[in-house]
Amino acid sequence: MRAPGGSEVAVGDVLLAVEGVSLSFGGVNAVSDVSFDIRKGEIRAIIGPNGAGKTSMLNVINGFYQPQQGRITFKGETRSKMRPYEAAHGGIARTFQNVALFRGMTALDNIMAGRSLKMNKGFVWQLLRYGPAMNEEIAHRRRVEEIIDFLKIQEIRRTPVGRLPYGLQKRVELGRALAMEPELLLLDEPMAGMNIEEKEDMSRFVLDVNDHYGTTIALIEHDMGVVMDLSDRVVVLDHGIKIADGTPDEVKGNQAVIDAYLGVAH
Amino acid sequence: MHLLYMIFIDPFVQMGAAPDLLAQTLWEGLVGGMLYALIALGFVLIFKASGVFNFAQGIMVVFAALTFVGLHDAGLNAFLALGLTIVVMFGLAFAIERSVLRPLVNQPDIILFMATFGITYFLIGFGEFVFGGDPKVMVTDDLFLPKGSVTYHTLGGIVQLQKLDIAATIIASVMVAGLAVFFSKTRIGRALRAVADSHSAALSVGISLEQIWVIVWFAAGLVALVTGIFWGARSDVSFALEVIALKALPVLILGGFTSVPGAIVGGLIIGIGEKLGEFYWGPLVGGGTDAWFAYVIALVFLLFRPQGLFGERIIERV
Repeated sequence: MRAPGGSEVAVGDVLLAVEGVSLSFGGVNAVSDVSFDIRKGEIRAIIGPNGAGKTSMLNVINGFYQPQQGRITFKGETRSKMRPYEAAHGGIARTFQNVALFRGMTALDNIMAGRSLKMNKGFVWQLLRYGPAMNEEIAHRRRVEEIIDFLKIQEIRRTPVGRLPYGLQKRVELGRALAMEPELLLLDEPMAGMNIEEKEDMSRFVLDVNDHYGTTIALIEHDMGVVMDLSDRVVVLDHGIKIADGTPDEVKGNQAVIDAYLGVAH
Repeated sequence: MHLLYMIFIDPFVQMGAAPDLLAQTLWEGLVGGMLYALIALGFVLIFKASGVFNFAQGIMVVFAALTFVGLHDAGLNAFLALGLTIVVMFGLAFAIERSVLRPLVNQPDIILFMATFGITYFLIGFGEFVFGGDPKVMVTDDLFLPKGSVTYHTLGGIVQLQKLDIAATIIASVMVAGLAVFFSKTRIGRALRAVADSHSAALSVGISLEQIWVIVWFAAGLVALVTGIFWGARSDVSFALEVIALKALPVLILGGFTSVPGAIVGGLIIGIGEKLGEFYWGPLVGGGTDAWFAYVIALVFLLFRPQGLFGERIIERV
């Protein structure tokens, strides 16, 4: 069954849940007592006006920020905070709002870097570039080439990413995240700064990733059209507080959301 | 007129008149340059991975050499002592990561830079406490490092090469080539470059900053050990060696702080330039040029290429 406009993957159990998470920097509350969950196979959008705490929330999920309060349950395991290594190891990949690529390296090497957790042949073999390490390198290279084909970036694979246009950099960054074969993919404004055509391409890739690999996706996006088309469920934050949670249609009609976006006369 | 002649013409006339002397000077410059390159390499490794100018690299050279000689003097077999010194350098890298780098994560670079001063003074004190402050003689025979020299009758004269220098050049070349392959072709090398480019992106793909830091500090420690052995064999092992680290500065300015090939080429240019300057232009100012000539070369380069020969040009978008 196909949810309206959303993913075609069967939506299942809860993959990740945050409960009562609060995060402050000094006296500033970035996130206050926020709870929501992300179910297996769904595309979950996190929206809200600027400064709502959306990126902070992603940073909590992948362990960049450690919240002062609250719990995070990922794949049935509950903890008070994530660590970046645990998150990456457990299958959480992400992209960044302001593209964080390894600028000096080629697109291919960037995506290969995404495989680093999956490569574990010994130090000495690597040094010799021989035996198991070489086989491993070849096997992973094959997976990376598949991702490159999938994202249609064959012709730029040898280009240092610093030289690529912004839209392609975002695509390489997505490729690096995909190379981790994540269970949960966090996308921080994947379409920011793109023109309509690039946005359509990126939307297509997001849907394809969800469809093709069955990856659960949580994304932050400002383009409401994109959000409504892509997502199964939407959580809305404003000033660090959750003000709405539901299907795109429910959220669209919610008075608190309309007020948050349009402002309200006091 | 005479002065101009002495500066711009006469040295080249001399070079042409006695090619054997020129070859000898070039060779000595090459050997010195190789050792400068090794020191600079230690700096580059750490600068690439953590953006820190490691002031302690010089003292690490001394500390590694002292540990090695100290263990040997205590009666250990030379190769056992070498192996143990490598273990000690690993322990040092591990301790520095745990006690200095980890608590200072996300601090401005200048704070990490100051912390490396702290490491320097700690190592000076600790080294003197354990091994005493007297200069020591580097172990050479037991390591089977060659002695004596080979003499070539060529270019209408004599060119004499110290065997130790030849060995140093070969070992340094092998080591540099090994490091270059390791850091450009392996997963750990890729991770290192990833960390150098973006800490947060590296973390997001599951690269452990702690592990990478231990590896680069250990690699820098190994480079320090090799540097210490060969430099120590040419003079002796004492804390005065620490100042050779300052010679790495013009090399880095020349080669760029982030480039391994830059460190090597920069080292060779400084080494050769220094020897040529000393031999052909030194007499003009009454000698003593080796203390400052390297900086003059670096200064001239700085005028034309502020980012160094191979350094990354920094373009800030505003």
